[in-house]
Amino acid sequence: MDKAFHFAVPSLDWTALLPVSIVAITGIIALIVEMLRPKHNNNLIVGVSVVGLVLAAASLIYGMTQPTFATAADMAVRDSFGTTMQLLLVMASALTVLFSEAYLRAKRIPFGEFYPLLLWSTVGGMIMSSTTNLLVIFLGLEILSISLYVMAGMSRREEKSEESAIKYFLLGAFASGFLLYGISFVYGATGSLDLNFVSAIYQSHDQTARTMLVFGLALMLIGLGFKTSLVPFHQWTPDVYQGAPTNVAAFMAAGAKIGAFAALWRVLDAFVDMGAYWIPALSVIATITMFVGNFAAVVQKDVKRILGYSSIANAGYMMVAILAYGKDHRLGHGTLTYFLLSYTLMTLGAFAVVSLQARNGRESTRLEDLNGMWRRSPLSAVALLIFMASLIGIPPTAGFVGKFLIFFDAAKAGLMPLAIVLAINSIISTYYYLAIARAAFVTDSEQTEELSVKTPSGVSGVCAVCAVGVFAVVLFYSPLVSFITQK
Amino acid sequence: MNGVPLAAYIGLGMFMFTTGVVGVVIRRNPIVVFMCIELMLNAVNLTFLTFARYQMATYKSQVHMEQSLMAGQMMVIFVMAVAAAEVAVGLGIIMAIYRLRDNVDIDEMNVLRG
Repeated sequence: MDKAFHFAVPSLDWTALLPVSIVAITGIIALIVEMLRPKHNNNLIVGVSVVGLVLAAASLIYGMTQPTFATAADMAVRDSFGTTMQLLLVMASALTVLFSEAYLRAKRIPFGEFYPLLLWSTVGGMIMSSTTNLLVIFLGLEILSISLYVMAGMSRREEKSEESAIKYFLLGAFASGFLLYGISFVYGATGSLDLNFVSAIYQSHDQTARTMLVFGLALMLIGLGFKTSLVPFHQWTPDVYQGAPTNVAAFMAAGAKIGAFAALWRVLDAFVDMGAYWIPALSVIATITMFVGNFAAVVQKDVKRILGYSSIANAGYMMVAILAYGKDHRLGHGTLTYFLLSYTLMTLGAFAVVSLQARNGRESTRLEDLNGMWRRSPLSAVALLIFMASLIGIPPTAGFVGKFLIFFDAAKAGLMPLAIVLAINSIISTYYYLAIARAAFVTDSEQTEELSVKTPSGVSGVCAVCAVGVFAVVLFYSPLVSFITQK
Repeated sequence: MNGVPLAAYIGLGMFMFTTGVVGVVIRRNPIVVFMCIELMLNAVNLTFLTFARYQMATYKSQVHMEQSLMAGQMMVIFVMAVAAAEVAVGLGIIMAIYRLRDNVDIDEMNVLRG
């Protein structure tokens, strides 16, 4: 055997790597700004973050015009799915940046700790959504998760924040173990970390390799199931959302979910030949996820906890979209992407409104604590009503169109039972979403003198953007979908 | 290859992985739980190295075979680096909890409930 390794330096096309690089470098610049001007609340950091994210979004929109290609030894892929997911992540991150400023001030958390970590966790999600290499998916997932572990425990004087951090950390690391063990078997069977080799190996009818692929896929689905909070791997979600700072929970609900579902979509896309194994299994999981998420949310008393269960239920809806795609590849990724867009707008908006509850280092998020919001801050109360209407799926909101598309796709792909379960669950979810909206419009029982509190401009801005966005993505439905799904 | 069959390494890996999973489920101290997670990751590393060494798939050329060998070994390096990063963050979180309440038992962390 020739001992010299044949190794060629792979060629790099920077247009595919530019958006990720911009966000990562922005994070480093934000850290340097903090170092040069060490103040508790340094507004320059917010400015730097926003500029960086806007630049990244611009480079992504430019990237949409490029043809599909793979670069860096096939470790980075530029295609419409990956680019759309990256755009969603950048959008989620930018909205979080904007409404976090007032919240961090109220909770007395230093800016320099939060913003760089938020940007790097966005980088992790962007990396994992635009690759077909399992090593890169794993690295992206860990960059996303490790930043989030730290951010969850950022309110260091609060026991609940630390508790949510340790729960998220231990279960996240546990899930990574499963994901990695699954990857090792897929590697054993195909001799490669690239997902594109899976299909050929499966079709070669090698029985050992097939068994290893199925075993590996099952373990990877456990790992990704934790990250996407599918039942029965969901127990951490409500605890972590309730305990973590509200802005961190918002990014977890939107950003981490986008990244994890993008990776799940890539993996299942590669394992499409094995649909006979995973479609029935995941159909059951999707059904349980929708029911458990919605029924458990009904009895909750804490707004952040309800939103946690709501994110579990929505994970079930997204799973239905992926299953429909797995059955019928002609459906494309438009449905999942559109649903994630609408979900990001309404969930981030809802968390932005909830973040108003933080005052003078304290925060109370029980349902009755929202009482009187329509007097304290009429704009955000109306916005909350819009977000809840959209989460329920009342026309003409984005939530309605998103759910309708999934329903339609599932019906077209021959998954009618799942479509019906989805419709039933939408009805169940009305109860607790309306409970949140109602709480905001009930008059405060004890008259407090907080009527003069001014709504911070960042939160008002995010509420306005999300509320308008919820209707705008319906109004501009056809140009938007053709932009998302262009080749 | 020196008489040790592939199945022996895979079996040892599975045993280590299962031990880790069981440990995570039954132990109550977060540091021990985290050690069990490390055991799972080491099982993963062993499995990767085994598959890289024994090369089960067939390749079109020598170059492909070498690339596959390197992919498995590089994965191990990355897993170790990520595990180190996780240790840093995890121990930091455990320290923060210890400062708040002088006790890190997982069963007593029950502030968050529905």
